[in-house]
Amino acid sequence: MIRVVLPYHLRNLAGCRDKEILLRVAGGVVTQRKILDALEARFPQLGGTVRDYGSGCRRPLVRFFGCGRDLSLESPDAPVPEAIAQGEEPYRIVGSVAGG
Amino acid sequence: MGTVRVLVGTRKGAFVLSSDGARKDWNIDGPHFGGWEVYHIKGSTINPDRLYAAQATGWFGQLVQQSDDGGKSWNPVSNEFTFEGEVGTHLDFDDNPRPWAFKRVWHLEPSLSDPETVFAGIEDAALFRSTDGGRSWQELAGLRNHPSSSGWHPGAGGLCLHTILLDAGDPNRMIVAISVAGAFRTLDGGTSWEPINKGLHSDYMPEPEAEVGHCVHRLSMHPSHPDALFMQSHRNIMRSDNGGDSWVNVSGNLPSDFGFPISVHAHEPETIYVVPMKGDSEHYPDEGHLRVYRSRTGGNEWEPLSSGLPQKDCYVNVLRDAMDVDSLDDCGIYFGTSGGAVYVSPDGGDHWSSIVENLPPVMSVEVQTLP
Repeated sequence: MIRVVLPYHLRNLAGCRDKEILLRVAGGVVTQRKILDALEARFPQLGGTVRDYGSGCRRPLVRFFGCGRDLSLESPDAPVPEAIAQGEEPYRIVGSVAGG
Repeated sequence: MGTVRVLVGTRKGAFVLSSDGARKDWNIDGPHFGGWEVYHIKGSTINPDRLYAAQATGWFGQLVQQSDDGGKSWNPVSNEFTFEGEVGTHLDFDDNPRPWAFKRVWHLEPSLSDPETVFAGIEDAALFRSTDGGRSWQELAGLRNHPSSSGWHPGAGGLCLHTILLDAGDPNRMIVAISVAGAFRTLDGGTSWEPINKGLHSDYMPEPEAEVGHCVHRLSMHPSHPDALFMQSHRNIMRSDNGGDSWVNVSGNLPSDFGFPISVHAHEPETIYVVPMKGDSEHYPDEGHLRVYRSRTGGNEWEPLSSGLPQKDCYVNVLRDAMDVDSLDDCGIYFGTSGGAVYVSPDGGDHWSSIVENLPPVMSVEVQTLP
């Protein structure tokens, strides 16, 4: 199972009490795209909030962190760090600090 | 005597204000969607408990919410707005072409005949319709494909479709307004559109009387007089008596012809209300006096209404969707300010009081009159 941490507003939108949720991701190599596909399949109301509908790309003020790294600019089809794939570390979806 | 429910969209959530017909004691419910911008929230006239809300943030984009219990609970519906066919370009601030892109929903207008049908005016300017309560959206692409659209510019707030007028007597007739392009009308349910800006004079344009390019801030119409349209534009108050075929300036004795909202009295089609601001460089009331102006003659002759409103050190704005009326026997007038106050006059504008103060900046005010 993949551990995913959602930001406050998306947690509310998804109706999740816990900061962290567990997702089952389709077999094979675990990628960011697969994690986000699984997230949107389980919580359809999150569609368009993390990734833009038209382009499928990360929204500009959303970032992806994990294992002490910023994964936001990595290929969505690249394998995530093994600790995330094994459920040892969470995959964090973050609303960027912005606004001054 | 009926009751009223006031739907308030703010920069940080939505609020539902309710009162009996006296409109003195109010219940304040909210915030709903706390922390999110709510550009607009409006109810169906067919099923008043069916509400639609446009909720957004710069971080997580646009959501559309639907309620079937008058705003006590909400359910997210579709937030997918996909343009039909080829996505062309409009002009950007630098006059370079920029492809149309969905940015946000500015206005939701429920159908007058079917609670499952609702229209959405979006930025970049386009019109969408849902016939399944918001669970899916289809573009009425004839508007965006109008031959003039490649020359439309954004205004300071963006290239937004902010006004949608529906005609109860003719569901195929709709009028919309776009900043900055002007007003447009369809007579065939949204398949084809024509600009209706004849008579507008915009001296900030190289061709002040061009067919399109005018900065229309808001349109209003009395349901019993669909050919009489009222407009608050960037520079004037205008009226049309032929459904938009032509316009005349009725700014008359107003201290300023700049402002955003314009509303029509529920029972007097020639009584209209505006909230003048000092000018397009300030966007606040002249000399700190917050005043609504009323014309009982359909324009030209205006009287200030200030009893109960701040008359000292008041420098707030009132946005285009932030004024509305109820339809009780003694028509109530409502507006919300950028300072977070919502005011009511239960006697057509003669006397005012605040329903609530210190909300986040108010984006929209819509009033439901309930049995």
